[in-house]
Amino acid sequence: MLWLALHFPRLSLEIFTRGTRKPGPLAVASSPGSNATIVACDRQSYARGVRCGMTVSAAWALISELKIIAHDEAAERAALERIAVWGFQFTPAVSIAAPAELLLEAGGSLKLFGGLNRMHQCLERGLAELGYSASAAYAPTPLAAQLFARAGLSVRIQHRDVLRHELEKLPASLLDRHSETAAMLESFGIHTIGECLHLPRSGLAHRLGQRLLDDLDRALGKRPDPRPPFIPPPGFTASLPLPAPVEQAEALLFAARRLLTELCGWLAATGNGVQSLRFTLVHEDHADTQIVMKLVAANRDLEHLTCVLRERLVRIDLPRAVTAITLAAEQFQPLASHNLSFLPDAHIHAEGIVRLIERLRARLGDEAVCGLTAFPDYRPERAWRICEPGNDAAPEELQAFFSRPLWLLASPRPLREIAAIPHYAGPLSLLAGPERIEAGWWDGHDVARDYFVASNPVQSLLWIYRERSAAGGWYLHGFFG
Amino acid sequence: MISAFLSALIGIYLHLINFPDFVLSVAAPTLDAVLNHPAIWRGNDCARVAVPSVPTGFAELDVLLPGEGWPSGALTEIYFERPGIGELQLVMPAAARLTRAERWLAMIAPPCIPYAPALAAHGVRLSRLMLLQPKTADEQLWACEQALHSENCGAVLAWMNRIQERAMRRLQLAAERGGTLAMLFRPARATAFPSAALRLHVSKADGRTIVRILKRRGGGISAPVALDLYGEVNRRPITSPRPAVVLPCLPAPAH
Repeated sequence: MLWLALHFPRLSLEIFTRGTRKPGPLAVASSPGSNATIVACDRQSYARGVRCGMTVSAAWALISELKIIAHDEAAERAALERIAVWGFQFTPAVSIAAPAELLLEAGGSLKLFGGLNRMHQCLERGLAELGYSASAAYAPTPLAAQLFARAGLSVRIQHRDVLRHELEKLPASLLDRHSETAAMLESFGIHTIGECLHLPRSGLAHRLGQRLLDDLDRALGKRPDPRPPFIPPPGFTASLPLPAPVEQAEALLFAARRLLTELCGWLAATGNGVQSLRFTLVHEDHADTQIVMKLVAANRDLEHLTCVLRERLVRIDLPRAVTAITLAAEQFQPLASHNLSFLPDAHIHAEGIVRLIERLRARLGDEAVCGLTAFPDYRPERAWRICEPGNDAAPEELQAFFSRPLWLLASPRPLREIAAIPHYAGPLSLLAGPERIEAGWWDGHDVARDYFVASNPVQSLLWIYRERSAAGGWYLHGFFG
Repeated sequence: MISAFLSALIGIYLHLINFPDFVLSVAAPTLDAVLNHPAIWRGNDCARVAVPSVPTGFAELDVLLPGEGWPSGALTEIYFERPGIGELQLVMPAAARLTRAERWLAMIAPPCIPYAPALAAHGVRLSRLMLLQPKTADEQLWACEQALHSENCGAVLAWMNRIQERAMRRLQLAAERGGTLAMLFRPARATAFPSAALRLHVSKADGRTIVRILKRRGGGISAPVALDLYGEVNRRPITSPRPAVVLPCLPAPAH
């Protein structure tokens, strides 16, 4: 077993700052109100003197434009769960260790990723995409990995024989931060875990409780340390608050990409592709804006989704600035993986056209990109239909008429008649016909027409018909383009 | 004399005229071979350059085009005087060939509805057809560029009335990158820009579609070609409607 512990030291702050490229001075307070104390602050405010433990009013005295956000434990937990979901693409065994740690069993995945280095690179890049900073440590036992991560040491200990030696150097205070144990150890003059291990066990248990001994044993792997596995939720919904209201599409895209990264992690973990997703842009004092992205084929490629979203965002008119974004995957389906091919094959071809269609639709609108299909009906205006591109289901031999024009007018145009001869840029002469089409009595749209191929003095070839009903009259229905 | 000999070898046609005796006496057996060299261009001929192309489906047109077909990865402008003179039929054989080879055909902003049964009758696979109807000229250009860029599109047929020279160059680059057949249908009086590799003018006379090549790569002017695109239609004689259903006011065909 090789456990990877991820410790997120700035989680309470980053859940607010990751939605923007340039966060202003920002600090997180323990509770709402000006008497609360600061529990986390960003680099800018730190540089200007804000420190953890300060009261909010003191911080405001230092920086008047400082934005204070109340500590949100539920949001932190939710964020941690979403990182856990994202982490499933690396290993099936993920566990959450509150308040700000994740454990991933990495040993089983090393071969798949091509070694620890490569896997770690993937992971680091992914975390940066998500907008979180973490210290990552690998160790054979989960607790040891956690201790190293908490200490901010990016170690990679793969064997137990070196574990004890490395562990001994760590400060003993890491073992239990929130009880008096740490203070008592300090008062004994015990500073490192190594010194702790050299003390007689029975005396230590007597003075500080069995728990400390158990923890030491777990860290060294002498005691079993089962971790509750995290089960990914069946659906995906994530939201991202923006520290400052956003109006520009580019800034919105930056924030939305964070959510898309999470979504792609979840999709990879569950082996799914997303077919329809919904962005909800929350405005202050205004109804939310909904963006529904329907994809032609299920997909989980971050770059492609970002690209499609970019085209959509450019087109959209925002009524107000956006204060938060929510992303929900509405339709998803298993996405079959495929083998890499040495030769360019049909599969890659098909994928390419799907991407093109989606990109076009994102910018032009769904209805502006379509396919055409023939439909078995005698009436010319009903012998064709709009369909999804590539979805033509009509049999090939259907209505293979050479006497049909390549251009059809959306609605027949009445022709002027002079001395009972139809005119279109001059008098028309009939070349072929008539072809009688009398159909549609069954659905109320019945037509009774005699179609002719006609030519005018400038030699355009037209498809015209003569209404057989009492009203009569000549109509132009198409061009032989 | 030596320089003249070299000039004759590299085949400048004028030199062949100026020194006919010399050439006949020394290089006569190889004259044909020399003239057939692909690097040699003769004033009344079109260069035989191996450019990627798709056969037009009309033998009489193919021989006039460099690469013997529509140039892939380049812009082709088709100027037509009015609809209904065979401007679309001209590209149908190539469209059919491409869609049957699983390449896509994109039609961007056509002036009327491309009639699916007629397209199918011309051999186009409808399942490889994409119809785009952008609302603005900017979107039209963007869509055109995207489609040309994509290697999946075999041909892009676009109808553009107004286009800037800069936009034409962008389309040219996109077509080059995607190796796509780019056909721009433009009104006959539109301004010509230098970006297009092939420029045709389509008109009609005596029931035949006349194609004039206004510009082609590696070649000067050529005589117009007359294509009989409507043989099928023209061969079907007018049959007078059965007497029982003739309406009293049906006019006699105006022949």
